[in-house]
Amino acid sequence: MIATESLSKRYPRVTALDRLSVDVTPGVTGLVGANGAGKSTLIKILLGLSPATEGRAAVLGLDVATEGQQIRSLVGYMPEHDCLPPDVSATEFVVHMARMSGLPPTAARERTADTLRHVGLYEERYRPMGGYSTGMKQRVKLAQALVHDPKLVLLDEPTNGLDPAGRDEMLGLIRRVHTDFGISVLVTSHLLGELERTSDQIVVIDGGKLLRASSTSDFTQATASLAVEVTDRESELLGLLTGAGLTAQASGHLLLVDIAGDDTYDTVRDAVAGLGVGLVRMEQRRHRIAELFIDEDTTPTREDAPSKEGDGRDAA
Amino acid sequence: MTQPDVAAPGGPAGPAAGAAAGSPPDVIHNIGYRNYTGPRLGRGYARTALFSQSLRGAYGLGRSAKSKVLPMILLGAMCAPALIMVAVTIFANRPDLPVAYTRYAVVLQAVITLFVAAQAPQSVSRDLRFKTTPLYFSRPIERVDYVAAKYAALTVALFLLTAIPLVILYVGALLAKLSFAHQTAGFAKGLVSVLLLSVLFAGIGLVIAAITPRRGFGVAAVIALFVISYAAVSAVQGVADSQEKYHVIGWLGLFSPITLIDGFQTWFLGARSAFPDAAGPANAGIGMLYLLVLLAVIAGTFGLLMNRYRKVGLS
Repeated sequence: MIATESLSKRYPRVTALDRLSVDVTPGVTGLVGANGAGKSTLIKILLGLSPATEGRAAVLGLDVATEGQQIRSLVGYMPEHDCLPPDVSATEFVVHMARMSGLPPTAARERTADTLRHVGLYEERYRPMGGYSTGMKQRVKLAQALVHDPKLVLLDEPTNGLDPAGRDEMLGLIRRVHTDFGISVLVTSHLLGELERTSDQIVVIDGGKLLRASSTSDFTQATASLAVEVTDRESELLGLLTGAGLTAQASGHLLLVDIAGDDTYDTVRDAVAGLGVGLVRMEQRRHRIAELFIDEDTTPTREDAPSKEGDGRDAA
Repeated sequence: MTQPDVAAPGGPAGPAAGAAAGSPPDVIHNIGYRNYTGPRLGRGYARTALFSQSLRGAYGLGRSAKSKVLPMILLGAMCAPALIMVAVTIFANRPDLPVAYTRYAVVLQAVITLFVAAQAPQSVSRDLRFKTTPLYFSRPIERVDYVAAKYAALTVALFLLTAIPLVILYVGALLAKLSFAHQTAGFAKGLVSVLLLSVLFAGIGLVIAAITPRRGFGVAAVIALFVISYAAVSAVQGVADSQEKYHVIGWLGLFSPITLIDGFQTWFLGARSAFPDAAGPANAGIGMLYLLVLLAVIAGTFGLLMNRYRKVGLS
């Protein structure tokens, strides 16, 4: 789908991308990085809108430097920021964007009705978009990226500004874009936790450099673990849990217990109750992914934030 | 192509909506996704789509009723004097129209200025303000297509505004049985004049409007530029006139948009100048200079717009 080869983008003061070589296969790919890691720069280059300083990139086998127009007619783009005029209805707007993508008038109207329905916008679509909720606006933004039935969509931070329920719906929709519509997806986020549930493949970049690219199953090969915090007697609890056949380890005040199955939660609960101590919290963690930021990075302070947020999302 | 959701009673039959008899509640999700296999018409078509959307937008078509009010009032204000003149000509049996075709736009320049001031920001500032421009550039068009489509759309909108009253005058003149040859020649010259005026005004208006995403600022800046430059040129021309330096009057016309058009049509279209004492360009050299300045300003505004959108890009 996408192949870059030592792709670099340097501005006078900053290096936005530094010899990035990635291969993105069909499916849903999560592009993870902190703000300023180079995600948006990469998208601009992939759409053929900003020339790379060096290196090459191809999208759908088309060279971004010379075949930008063909790429843009076969790729959809959903920007991170607001992009909807408030005094126009979703239908009119998406029809116009469909025509801008080269669809004849009748096809543009039919595809608009279909696409808005698929993203879950019904009779609201005839009302001016100024009155829409954030969730509805995100759906329209997704619809305008899908309306011309692209082979690939680039979604820049599609869950930005959504509440937890809205995030889950949007992530489910993104999953369906691939499974039901057969469209490959490149989705960016600074939250690794939400992308690992949606993506088949994850690419992590930081400071314009590739940190890691592999399939999601490699990322989460270690089973998810449970962080348990109790008021007292951690070591006795550890002993009880190990005795019950669970793999557990102490990490400061926390006990990290590998989740073997649904009954793991019951075992932990019963053990805590048996000791008669208070259970402060019990939350799911994908520790391997959190470690990814800490293990492999040279500037741990900058990476702390996303990994913490990632954990927070898992718990939610 | 029938849409199954239309058939579902109660409108938006989401999964939560009650199941009507015979239609399961999740009927919408059963339709499935259909791939698009039809033609993709590419760059030229997209440019035309942007042009027609922008042209319609200049008259508020395809937008809210509120946004139709101002352009329609201005179009009415442009046409009403023409209708009155035609009526006077017919019923008073006058030998000619009270105002020449080439003079009409100069007389009603305030209305044209207001139209540019209102609709140039409408055309480009909105895209900047609501950040719709990145969506356009993610489509199979290039920067030049966006600029050309917007430029052409406002030019045609202005041409309609200025040419429709001329058509009214011409038809009226023929109904009043004025000299056909004389009227046709005047009408043709008038069309050439308002076409150039439309291109010039559209370019200047768009350049100013594209600087700022704030529409109100754009409106004020466009009005200020047209009004102040015209007032300044007229004032200095008045001074030159009172000092009987008629050749200076011709030079001064180069410095405001409407007097540029006036000077051009005085020399090239044989129009009677609206300058003091009808003192247009004094000789062929200055007449040619008017043409060169006119073309340079038009090319310059296009270049500035291209430069402006070089930076806008995606975000």
